[in-house]
Amino acid sequence: MAFTPPQAPAVKAGTREIFMSQALQEALVEEMTRDGSVFLMGEEIGVWGGAYNVTAGLLERFGPARVIDTPISEAAIAGTAIGAALTGSRPVAEFMYSDFMGIAMDQIVNQAAKNRYMFGGKAKLPIVYRSTFGAGTGNAAQHTQSLEAWFTHVPGLKVVTNSSPYDAKGLLKSAIRDDNVVVFLEHKAIYSMRGPVPAGEYLIPLGVAEVKRVGTDVSVITYARQVHYALEAAEQLAAEGIMVEVVDVRTLYPLDVGTVVQSVKKTNHAVVVHEAVTFGGFGGELAAQIQEHCFDDLDAPVLRVGALHSPVPFSEPLERGQFPDPPRIVAAVRQVLQGSR
Amino acid sequence: MPGSRREAERVAARSSAATKLAASDGKAGRANARLTARDGIPSELTVERLREIYRIMVRIRQFEEAAEAAFRAAKMRGALHFYSGEEATATGVCMALQPNDYITSTHRGHGHCIAKGGKLNKMMAELYGRVTGYCGGKGGSMHIADVETGNLGANGIVGAGIPIATGAGLGSKLRGDGRVTVCFFGDGAGPTGAFHEGVNFAATMALPVVYVCENNQYGMATRATFANAGPGIWARGAAYGIPGEVVDGNDVFAVYRAAKKAVARARAGDGPSILESKTYRQRGHTIHDQKGYRSKKEIDEWLKLDPIVRFRTQVEAARALGAPDFETIDREVAAELQAALEFAEASPFPSLDAIERDVYAE
Repeated sequence: MAFTPPQAPAVKAGTREIFMSQALQEALVEEMTRDGSVFLMGEEIGVWGGAYNVTAGLLERFGPARVIDTPISEAAIAGTAIGAALTGSRPVAEFMYSDFMGIAMDQIVNQAAKNRYMFGGKAKLPIVYRSTFGAGTGNAAQHTQSLEAWFTHVPGLKVVTNSSPYDAKGLLKSAIRDDNVVVFLEHKAIYSMRGPVPAGEYLIPLGVAEVKRVGTDVSVITYARQVHYALEAAEQLAAEGIMVEVVDVRTLYPLDVGTVVQSVKKTNHAVVVHEAVTFGGFGGELAAQIQEHCFDDLDAPVLRVGALHSPVPFSEPLERGQFPDPPRIVAAVRQVLQGSR
Repeated sequence: MPGSRREAERVAARSSAATKLAASDGKAGRANARLTARDGIPSELTVERLREIYRIMVRIRQFEEAAEAAFRAAKMRGALHFYSGEEATATGVCMALQPNDYITSTHRGHGHCIAKGGKLNKMMAELYGRVTGYCGGKGGSMHIADVETGNLGANGIVGAGIPIATGAGLGSKLRGDGRVTVCFFGDGAGPTGAFHEGVNFAATMALPVVYVCENNQYGMATRATFANAGPGIWARGAAYGIPGEVVDGNDVFAVYRAAKKAVARARAGDGPSILESKTYRQRGHTIHDQKGYRSKKEIDEWLKLDPIVRFRTQVEAARALGAPDFETIDREVAAELQAALEFAEASPFPSLDAIERDVYAE
């Protein structure tokens, strides 16, 4: 639970500015090159190149035996990944949208997550289930959900998110090398974000959070695209002299409780932010952890900022109003500070 | 500029050019084929019905063209999945239905909605995200439903409508309401578990459902034959002990005849059928699709089989309708689209307090 000081990626010779989708592809290519047992499967990952172009060109590069275009059969995608993993392969199975993982939930929840345990630890399931999540694209209620809490509630699954090209690459490489089932969730609105990524190999361990901005007054704990919204809010509040610390938990399970606690003990105020619906969301877990570990340090109740209690609406003003944005984070930060005065 | 008179004129001019092409093809058809007066046209279809068929197919085509123009002018957002090229399937099938029969639709659902009697202005307003749309702006293109006309909803999840159609059939059977449900689904849904579960269940209970597979050759970039093992989705009927038929999906009369038979069987209580309608997605998967996975030659070959052009050729050859009829309908539909665009653009967005409304019944 030692405090990990913020570590910006060391910008060194060979560091390039690349897109999130490129960083993810580099992780896939490097791991496929390093380990012949790694293969990719999913809908439209080959000929199409992935709905968000993450796997563009990989069919040509690795061939159809390692970049497998599947029929629209999510249960089969999830299940065949299990069978292949049990017998020695290292599948990276993609679901075009995490909304579609509902179709595969038996295989993911009742099979993948539990096999090792039920078999008395005799089985190894090195699977990555990659998928996309998040709203703001106008794709309505069945292509925009943030369902990460479904997965964090199931023992046997690790759940990873990311907010920058640097993190995405390092985390995906670790996920592929992990001998467990990792649900790797990519926010679809930040695929086109650019950021520095060193040319050489590096890994970011699962289960380690990162402070993305150091502050003294309020801790905003969040992940994925909301990290950027929190940073925007922090920038705005800094102009008023309110110093916000932004903690990107990155991995939801296993959760780096230590980094979160360290931050809140310093600022005495916590706001938890995610794009998922507030009620029953992962923010409830974060808030509970904070109050269990920081009860005496808190000057105000932990506040949650999440989406309203509805499916994601199509109409643009409704969609924008449904999930958190920087003004809502700013308002929550002000509210939590008021609570202490 | 979409929504303007100029845009309406442009759409009408395009349709009119296609009419001319049809007319010239019609002459060639008369010269080469041994057509009788109403050759290939079911005898029960009156000239008025033929006009209606044409109007519905043109409505679908022009709706997609108007929606595309509006999208490209940044007046709407999200994803649009165009039905262009597949008009004969929705039109032929829905002609075989009664007004109170049910359909389930797909992400490529504009054509189903129009063929089932959907209103263009409410559809367009939905695409614009306006409060006057079918779903009050909450659903968008991919989730249009019109329960009043029996449209139980488009769907963003491939294959998900199949068990829902089975359930609609089950409900009809339990209530004894005599209604039939048509389940539209694509070749992409063939590999889903929902297909097998839904059709098998309906067959075990002899439910009044017709499963219409619109095989438009592609699910995104995946060929139907790549994703579906076996000779065709129609052939799976044998596995469930129900009829399975394949039909030329660009021939509205062929679709109508096959659908009529399957609907009659369902209504008589003899159980479900599978009808595979072979057609072609003339456009990309969505409006954003720029991928080069199909050859120009393939697209051109299929464009020659355009269902609207074929219809015109056929009814002209039969001397049932002629170019002036088509031009009149083209103009009338263009005016309807113009009105729909104006309606949508004049409609307000829903208010923010609508976000959490209708999540639950009161």
